[in-house]
Amino acid sequence: MAEVTSLSEAAAELVHDGDSVALEGFTHLIPFAAGHELLRQNRRELELIRMTPDLLYDQMIGVGAARKLVFSYGGNPGVGSLHRFRDAIENDWPRPVELEEHSHAGMANRFVAGAAKLPFAVLRGYVGTDLMGRTQVAPITCPFTGEELVAVPALEPDVAIIHAQEADRAGNVQLWGIPGVQKEAVLAAKRSLVTVERIVDELRPQPGGIVLPGWVIDAVAEAPNGSQPSYTLGVTTRDNDFYREWDAISRDREHFTQWMDEHVLSPVA
Amino acid sequence: MSVASDTKASAGEVQTVVAARRLRDSQTVFIGVGRPSTAAILARMVHNPDLVLVYESGTIGAKPFHIPLSIGDGELAETADAVVSVPEMFNYWIGPGRIDMAFLGAAQVDRYANLNSTVIGDYEHPKTRLPGAGGAPEIAASCHEVTVIAPHSKRTFVEKLDFLTTVGHGDGAGARERLGFRGAGPTAVITDLGVLEPDPESKELVLTQIHPDVEPSQVQEATAWELRIARDLERTDPPTDEELAALRELLSR
Repeated sequence: MAEVTSLSEAAAELVHDGDSVALEGFTHLIPFAAGHELLRQNRRELELIRMTPDLLYDQMIGVGAARKLVFSYGGNPGVGSLHRFRDAIENDWPRPVELEEHSHAGMANRFVAGAAKLPFAVLRGYVGTDLMGRTQVAPITCPFTGEELVAVPALEPDVAIIHAQEADRAGNVQLWGIPGVQKEAVLAAKRSLVTVERIVDELRPQPGGIVLPGWVIDAVAEAPNGSQPSYTLGVTTRDNDFYREWDAISRDREHFTQWMDEHVLSPVA
Repeated sequence: MSVASDTKASAGEVQTVVAARRLRDSQTVFIGVGRPSTAAILARMVHNPDLVLVYESGTIGAKPFHIPLSIGDGELAETADAVVSVPEMFNYWIGPGRIDMAFLGAAQVDRYANLNSTVIGDYEHPKTRLPGAGGAPEIAASCHEVTVIAPHSKRTFVEKLDFLTTVGHGDGAGARERLGFRGAGPTAVITDLGVLEPDPESKELVLTQIHPDVEPSQVQEATAWELRIARDLERTDPPTDEELAALRELLSR
């Protein structure tokens, strides 16, 4: 049964140096508070998994927490590049980061296979592209029709962390809005942490709501505004201005480092 | 709020209007952010009010009032007919070929409309690391057809891609069939100078349409390969007052 606890306790218990961690949320419900807590706890050598790295992984890579990145799109949507991600890949700053890249269809299906505890997923994809032969994808033939398809290996992160609108005191979680690949990430991972905007007495069904029963989650922690500058539908709105500002904040190494020290890494009051 | 439609359309506005026209007869369109999204919203306003907008984030039938900054903006989720997960989007909607048209951008485009959004330079030690594939490869493989939207310059329209992220027409005639792709692939490339379409036989891009006040030599100058130009090269109809006013009003929201 999920333990309802503090974010700092949950993060310390569930995430260790060297772990593979998927902090998922496809533009919506990105678990910034949890990611920042990992940085405050000085987590290092992480294999970071996320379909779209977004500003959170730009920050975590820029601080030097990552040894590897598994992803399918590393940009600042509608704004431009992720400068820290680029600096790590182009210049090994602040440290080299190993890359494993896929397409969205591939990553999504890797999570699906992980959630199903199957070793691989099948899809039509990758063929004819230069990713074939450069990443974990293999040709496979349908045993019934003979059609040639591709297989991608399941993702089984050590830890999955997601953010949601609410949980009850038993740790049952409800999220709604753009669901991304969050449910799959939690079900694929060995351990999971869900941060929520609020703990409620009772979960009332929301249109489009997805409920994750507390018995498949390891820990739930209250983290109001825990997805800012991303958003939580019905509670907060996406801070598009900040996403634009991030371009300037993150371009220069020193400016970025100062900003992170001031806004993320200094102890929370 | 009054909108001046007396100032002439810019190259970017022409590109957006031409892209919107392409959606006249589409039932569904898959879009990312930027100009493609603006064009699709404009198409709904002016040409095709029943057009179903589909974003990668899982929002099917989004009807945003504001041009979204990201594919996951709250307004997309709030106005959508259905909001689905990413696995569902790729496995049930894109992969099986249920979307009529997809708009895709790219950092590099070659003469067969193959796209690069991965790296400039060497893959292991890139000069510029680009965002990566995202949804593009499977979208280009499976949607009924694709329109590429890109700025026209030698930097973009290259002789050879540094990395083949997304297959357009591969190495030419028969490539898509050999790869087992269900969709027709790129049927047009709309730039800020004109429109390119694949030759029906060879699949090589041919300049078939040129925007107002643009000369063919300009387009050749902006293309790193020897660009084929259609014998019956057409001139883009300039944006109508209605199209331009709607676009400017949309941009001002």
